[in-house]
Amino acid sequence: MVQSGTKQAFPLKALVLIAVIVGTTALAFAFTAGWLSPHRLTPEKLVAALQTPGGPPLGHRRNHAKGICFTGDFEANGRGTELSTAQVFVRGQYPVIGRFNIAGTDPHASYADAPVRGLGLRIATPDGQEWRSAMIDAPIFAAPTPHAFYRFLIASGSKDPNAMREYVGAHPEILAFIDWVKGHPRTESWSEDRFNSLNTFVFSDASGAKHAVRWSFVPAAPAISLTPEELANRAPNFLEEDISHRVAAEPQRWDLVITVANPGDPTADPTKAWPEGRRTVNVGTLTVRQIEPEANGPCRDINYDPTVLPTGITTSDDPFPAARSAAYAVSYDSRTAESAQYPRTTAGADQ
Amino acid sequence: MITSRTRFAPPQRLLHWLMAVCILAMLFIGVGMVSTVHTKYLTLVSIHKPLGITILLLALIRLPLRFYYGAPALPADLPEPMKLAARLSHYIFYALMIAMPLLGWAMLSAAAYPVVLSGGVHLPSIAPVSPELHSLLWDAHRYLAFAFFALILVHLGAALFHRWIRRDGVFEAMAPVLQNSHGRSAGNSK
Repeated sequence: MVQSGTKQAFPLKALVLIAVIVGTTALAFAFTAGWLSPHRLTPEKLVAALQTPGGPPLGHRRNHAKGICFTGDFEANGRGTELSTAQVFVRGQYPVIGRFNIAGTDPHASYADAPVRGLGLRIATPDGQEWRSAMIDAPIFAAPTPHAFYRFLIASGSKDPNAMREYVGAHPEILAFIDWVKGHPRTESWSEDRFNSLNTFVFSDASGAKHAVRWSFVPAAPAISLTPEELANRAPNFLEEDISHRVAAEPQRWDLVITVANPGDPTADPTKAWPEGRRTVNVGTLTVRQIEPEANGPCRDINYDPTVLPTGITTSDDPFPAARSAAYAVSYDSRTAESAQYPRTTAGADQ
Repeated sequence: MITSRTRFAPPQRLLHWLMAVCILAMLFIGVGMVSTVHTKYLTLVSIHKPLGITILLLALIRLPLRFYYGAPALPADLPEPMKLAARLSHYIFYALMIAMPLLGWAMLSAAAYPVVLSGGVHLPSIAPVSPELHSLLWDAHRYLAFAFFALILVHLGAALFHRWIRRDGVFEAMAPVLQNSHGRSAGNSK
């Protein structure tokens, strides 16, 4: 095909052809990597948009940077097996490594200022599988898509007073979230908070039927709200002190309640709550038995990636778990590279 | 390891082209998946892991075949630096084909992620959980992937250089099928 009859000629055409083939391959690689697509929303950009002006919290999670570890167990009552084949729903007790936290990028923030509280969980089952989840106490999420969430973060961090106004104009659903952040009564303890998956996942049962679900960890302890004055007077670390005292006195419990979507419920948009009256199944109880500071704690090196799911649970058409997985990996890769910046308090004591 | 045969043995050629497809796909999937927050991120990751293990297994089959069959001698008139580059690149390719999947597997282990292949198949952890180790392995996996792709570009350019400019039979030694007169005889007639 290439000038087979012109052996002695200067092989310019062949050289050019080789350069074109090699160059095209390199270009395809660069395109795939996003180097030619400056507008592609990369996980790095999403994580960078979280940052406060003081720079990233070196060695810490890039968001929900402040928190405390716990261990305990999840005791399944067996009722979840009608929804999912995951072993975690078979009657039995499975070990948990978790983390109570607050939203925000400052690992030294005051708990009184937290806009949102969170719960990270890793439940391990004897079949070698894991279910990881990262939930918050908000009833709905801030943005309908990862791209919108990115624009919201950029607008929030912008010095231009019009940036937020423009975002709200394009995404009025943010107002419900902002109203909740500003207005919801803060409880005196993580153990009084309800934590919600917000994202929709799919459970597959033994017959192969699929169920779109969201879930919540519902506290056993009754919620006691703090007034804004009481909240302002709490010590900066009051949530850690509270949970340490409570768990030392007795284990703290939450019920895991699965909510099953009706046909037509919005599964892809976590800003949209499902209507009341959906079927719920209480599938078991989380018991928190021991609190440990994060610096040496067992949750420190766990990425609560919500796409680490056992067989029987998968992601849905909700685009957030994939985006969160990609972004959490960037956060994890960054903070593990900076682990010297977040020293373990008593080296090796817990290892 | 050098034999008098002019072409690689059929199983070697088969593995070369099969792995060429796998490895190119792997590198594109790898660099593509870390560039996006789109839901295809999860799809790409779910291909990346079993494909990596597939490449590792194929490499572990291919290495003994290389010892058994050897490689055709390079043309006698090939300049020494090019011969050295050819031999060196083969060592590096084998090292990368085996090391990259192991680095990825160890990196997930060091980060305490479960290593799940398709169909719920779990691989055991092959490294202790350690942020420092994870960081080291992650960097190695990432930078060696770029080095791997760069080496493939050089390899591709060199193969085509042998095919169209030197016409010395080196390309034909690994070609899946021989075409007309571009084979060894063309190179020998020089």
